[in-house]
Amino acid sequence: MIEHLPVLQIVIPLLGAPVCLLLRARGAVLVFATAVAWCTFAIALASIGIVLEQGEVVYALGGWVAPLGIEYRIDLLNAFVITVVSGVGAIVLPIGPGIHGHTVSASREYLYYAAFLLCMAGLLGVAITGDIFNVFVFLEISSLAAYTLVALGNQRRALRAAFSYLVMGTIGGTFVLIGIGFLYQMTGTLNMADLARLLPAVLDNRAVHAAFAFLLVGVGIKLAVFPLHQWLPNAYTYAPPAVSAFLAATATKVAYYLLLRLVFTIFGIGFVFGALGIAPLLQVISLAAMFIGALAAINQTDLKRLLAYSSVSQIGYMTLGLSFGSVAGLTGGLVHVANHALMKGGMFLAVACIVARTGTSAIADLRGLGRRMPATMAAFALGGLGLIGVPLTVGFISKWYLVLAAIEAGQMLLAFAILVSSLLAAVYVWRVVEVAWFQEPLQSAPHGEAPLRLLIPTWVLIGASLYFGVATDLTAGIAAQAAEQLLEVAR
Amino acid sequence: MIDALPPGVVLILGALLFPLVPARLKPATLLALPVLSALHQWSIPVGSVEAVTFFDYELVLVRADALANVFATVFHIAAFLGALYSLHVRDSIQHVAALAYAGAAMAAVYAGDLITLFIFWEATAVTSVFLIWASRTESSFRAGLRYLLIQVTSGVLLLAGAIFHFSETGSLAFDQLGLGTLATGLIFAAFGIKAAFPFFHNWLQDAYPEATVTGTVFLSSFTTKLAIYCLARGFPGEEILIPIGAAMTAFPIFYAVIENDLRRVLAYSLNNQLGFMVVGVGIGTAAALNGAAAHAFAHIIYKGLLFMSMGAVLFRTGTIKGSELGGLYRSMPLTTVFCIVGAASISAFPLFSGFVAKSFVMTATAEGGYLIPYGLLLFASAGVFHHSGIKIPYFAFFSHDSGRRVKEAPWHMLLAMGIAAVLCIGIGVYPGPLLALLPYDVDPHAYTPTHVVTQLQLLLFSALAFGVLMRTGIYPPELRSTNLDFDWVYRRLIPSGLAPVVRGVTAARAAVADAALSGVTWLMRELGRRHAPEGILGEPWPTGTATAWAAVLLGVCLILFYL
Repeated sequence: MIEHLPVLQIVIPLLGAPVCLLLRARGAVLVFATAVAWCTFAIALASIGIVLEQGEVVYALGGWVAPLGIEYRIDLLNAFVITVVSGVGAIVLPIGPGIHGHTVSASREYLYYAAFLLCMAGLLGVAITGDIFNVFVFLEISSLAAYTLVALGNQRRALRAAFSYLVMGTIGGTFVLIGIGFLYQMTGTLNMADLARLLPAVLDNRAVHAAFAFLLVGVGIKLAVFPLHQWLPNAYTYAPPAVSAFLAATATKVAYYLLLRLVFTIFGIGFVFGALGIAPLLQVISLAAMFIGALAAINQTDLKRLLAYSSVSQIGYMTLGLSFGSVAGLTGGLVHVANHALMKGGMFLAVACIVARTGTSAIADLRGLGRRMPATMAAFALGGLGLIGVPLTVGFISKWYLVLAAIEAGQMLLAFAILVSSLLAAVYVWRVVEVAWFQEPLQSAPHGEAPLRLLIPTWVLIGASLYFGVATDLTAGIAAQAAEQLLEVAR
Repeated sequence: MIDALPPGVVLILGALLFPLVPARLKPATLLALPVLSALHQWSIPVGSVEAVTFFDYELVLVRADALANVFATVFHIAAFLGALYSLHVRDSIQHVAALAYAGAAMAAVYAGDLITLFIFWEATAVTSVFLIWASRTESSFRAGLRYLLIQVTSGVLLLAGAIFHFSETGSLAFDQLGLGTLATGLIFAAFGIKAAFPFFHNWLQDAYPEATVTGTVFLSSFTTKLAIYCLARGFPGEEILIPIGAAMTAFPIFYAVIENDLRRVLAYSLNNQLGFMVVGVGIGTAAALNGAAAHAFAHIIYKGLLFMSMGAVLFRTGTIKGSELGGLYRSMPLTTVFCIVGAASISAFPLFSGFVAKSFVMTATAEGGYLIPYGLLLFASAGVFHHSGIKIPYFAFFSHDSGRRVKEAPWHMLLAMGIAAVLCIGIGVYPGPLLALLPYDVDPHAYTPTHVVTQLQLLLFSALAFGVLMRTGIYPPELRSTNLDFDWVYRRLIPSGLAPVVRGVTAARAAVADAALSGVTWLMRELGRRHAPEGILGEPWPTGTATAWAAVLLGVCLILFYL
């Protein structure tokens, strides 16, 4: 049983989805899907325990050994990502789609749970598999499910946002596939470990360069790197609030994982940073994302859109961490994957609480909500402190490593830029705090907290973000080990 | 368990729980907390070190040694006196802020590494600003914001310095740092801002007089002395501190003489007193460091006493303008006496605490052969007597009679001032216990004939100058006239030649500020236009455009990699 954990990680949510379609009844689906999601999370926790104890786990699917068969490989890096994805999924899924008004008619809520589980299975699959074509397949599974989830939003604009997401996502997927095709042509293998072994011989070949360009841009679209982020603000704004929370916390993080795998495990640091020299390009793009995303967030009038642009900005931090190619930088980027998932997931859920009570997420309508919904707004503000990077929140940990990496690399300007963009985060968080606490409540403002079904997951995520801000050995410790492993392999 | 926590934690926790205490028990709680905290401090054995691990870094929360002990002890005295003095305040926010502020300052003194120091450093800033805002006036709100901005800047410099220091040396320990690298330079600048070095001092005179009656008493005790402690810990014997400190002692005197707001006069004289301590740190010998610590100790008490007496005047009369006060000795005799004790202490009259403290630094300066600084310190000593020793009591309690007949200060204020006055005289007459507390073992020789004579000469001539100026009508010639234009006349004492320079500098500053402001406004407008929800960067592009960008980026990558 234990040795089959890697495949169960994927099979359980993947098969859970069609079962949801069969169950249909609202209560039954909710209970079943929740059980599946928590089961997945439990498996992820078990896996990370095993990896910490025994090192890398290799699982050959159906007994077919690589390179012929597909294998799942779990090392610290993807165990970390899998835990984050399944954890956030398990906490967010039970909220359901019908938060305010009737986002989805009650009789069709099972579609939401099915799509949610599929999306989770896809994201986990991308992270767990050791086969690069398998990556593409899972990427498409998660993306298609995500388009469906976004389209479930209660405004008609959600459809347009989902369509735009679909077009961009498909282009990204296609680029990834083209890149994989080139690699297969050059090496004749699809297994990542095999690729890493065979590629060095052909690294001078232009086709490999082109493969990397396609893969970089393709993954970049999924990751919403500036200027490829254009699908993200609308998708996060118009999706049902719980979906925004889940996607913001997980989808881009898995793309980031994929980028790390490509750069460090498959192509190798010498090729990517040495021969191609992409560090300056990545840094320019990251800086643009950090600043333009934050400035756009400052000027938004809708809370969800503000958070979406803030995500663009935060993704900039992660890619910046990658661009240093050092242990500290990677640790910063990786730990920010978990930290940002907790903070941003929690903040999107706080918005879900607000929407559930007021029916709107316009910042102007938040007036005085700090007094009417203190628990919700406190959660939002604590998450915001994390985005700014205030000590004792997780955000501080990430920024500490990033600034350390920048200084190690002798890039004082970048260290300075990280600090300045944190100030911009303070501006957009403060805008919300000011409206919520320092203005008189509207006549129509609600008089009660959000339902516990929403409030509890919100505080679980925000509470975790505070906990890991103090007890750092779990997140930062694992991230640092994973970063060291990655760089060892890359050398 | 509690030994592993720095002193001050009791106060911080107490501050957090304070709003929950029933109103009846609040006064008792207020007085009990500093006492409990002091017991906690004394229960920590000197020499003990307690660390916790915070993601890979050792944070030394407690580093108890003699130097930290002196400052924490006097902080406790100040916290107790301040709490007693503010017993009448019903505004819980002020009490919470004051307790937490005092606690953070004590914890900062015990911090053994730069990160812990940074955390409590910022905590002092964030808590103390509420003492300024608690005045609840427009000007105090603005002054508080400026204060917070500068204090937080100092914290950011400290953090940046700590990070650089860590990446250079791999150590976060807060021991002697020494100038010479960018990292320690940043830390030095952070300390310098908080210690109100010349050109970084304005926040002090700006903010302290805006705080509440009781808030100023707290503010005057902790922030700047924490900075002095940090300098003594991190940069003892840095020669650059001697000219800085000498300048600090001298220049505020001019401002103090022309200032009309008596609490602002005290704020300037606070700055001047810090100069003595900075010089002591700069000389850096054991005797000089002892002097700086002793001076800080005595200073916190007598400066607190002066601020308390002026606070009592403000509390009873509602004004603190020298031009509107006078003759109060009739109605507030006890406050007058206490104020004079404080004035005598700050002027370093023999048998008062200031004399004992100041003589250390003066001796060390003279023995070290720093002649010009020594001259400046002498000048400053005379100046202190002039503006703090004579001007404050004279204008508030004597001078011409303002006709105000008010009640004597409330009993708890009198008690707080009385205790402080007793301490001032006690230290002056019997300095033994204070000397025993000092961090280094050197032979104290406060009451040598030379000192006593020099100091008395200084004081007498300074008094003579004041008397002559008063008699000849040069000093405050318009005191007899109506009070309305007193401010204006008062400022005529500034050499009139300076006025155009001041005007020019003010105009240039305004022009620069205007240009910067309009530049920032323009930038914000432009950024806003582009990033607004309907602007080019704040709005999702049509799918076609987004796709085109994907193609462009792919092209760029392909070309880059091809090259």
